[in-house]
Amino acid sequence: MLLIHCPYCEEERPEVEFAGAGEAHIDRPKDMNAMSDAEFEKFFFIRDNPKGVNYERWRHIHGCGRFFNAARDTVSDKFLTTYKSGEKKPEVATQKPVQGAKK
Amino acid sequence: MAKIKMAKARPPHEGRRFANSAISIEQALPASRISLRAGSNELAELTKPLGFKLPSKPGTSKTKSGLSALWLGPDEWLLINNDPQAISKLMENLDAVKCSNVDISHRNTAIIISGKAAEDVLNSGCPRDLSLDAFPPGFCSRTLFGKIEIILWRLSENSFHIEVWRSYSEYLWTFLLDASKDAG
Repeated sequence: MLLIHCPYCEEERPEVEFAGAGEAHIDRPKDMNAMSDAEFEKFFFIRDNPKGVNYERWRHIHGCGRFFNAARDTVSDKFLTTYKSGEKKPEVATQKPVQGAKK
Repeated sequence: MAKIKMAKARPPHEGRRFANSAISIEQALPASRISLRAGSNELAELTKPLGFKLPSKPGTSKTKSGLSALWLGPDEWLLINNDPQAISKLMENLDAVKCSNVDISHRNTAIIISGKAAEDVLNSGCPRDLSLDAFPPGFCSRTLFGKIEIILWRLSENSFHIEVWRSYSEYLWTFLLDASKDAG
């Protein structure tokens, strides 16, 4: 079973305790009423879905209940790092796209 | 005038017990429980109504004169009071502090599992590392057991308190009993 480090529980926990919650670092628009349909579509539906390192939101739903962010390689399914919500995207040396992945 | 008969609240597994050479499973004694949510600014104020400082380190618990506080999240604790009658006074005292205190005594129940095979039996349904290094006595955490969510709390080296929603407790009881047949 995959182990995921929860930054709030400060330990590695089994993957079944977690739920993925999509791409991280997406800013909510300040005024949604002023948006055009195209802008709203871009904010609401369009995701990068990269091959390689992806920054994602995860929730430790069957643990502390907290949302946090993770950098995960979508090819190897390896979690490179996890960090608390609100913290900046970490620049970790290992976070290079895997070989053969197109940018 | 007709006599009114009140139903008595009873634990779901009252009177049931399983034991073999390696394991013993029984219903925990009735207790009252509070789900407590509070921000870091309120922690100091909560010391007075509780009688001790809330544990702030992940997974730790604290017990003093029958009242236990279990760390569940950065702003969430489970309070268990061995005295089912003491809850109203405690709730009243907590009301004075800016926090969320919800009486969940009737939602939860608990099963105690003890014996030298307790760790193995729990691991039949729970994927956590329950070795003493990772899960020492006093450690607690919300986790999964089979298909249900539980709060696991290690009381001593060989005994665990499993906090569970009342309606899920039948599943837990049956699962534990089944797993225990291979132990000992």
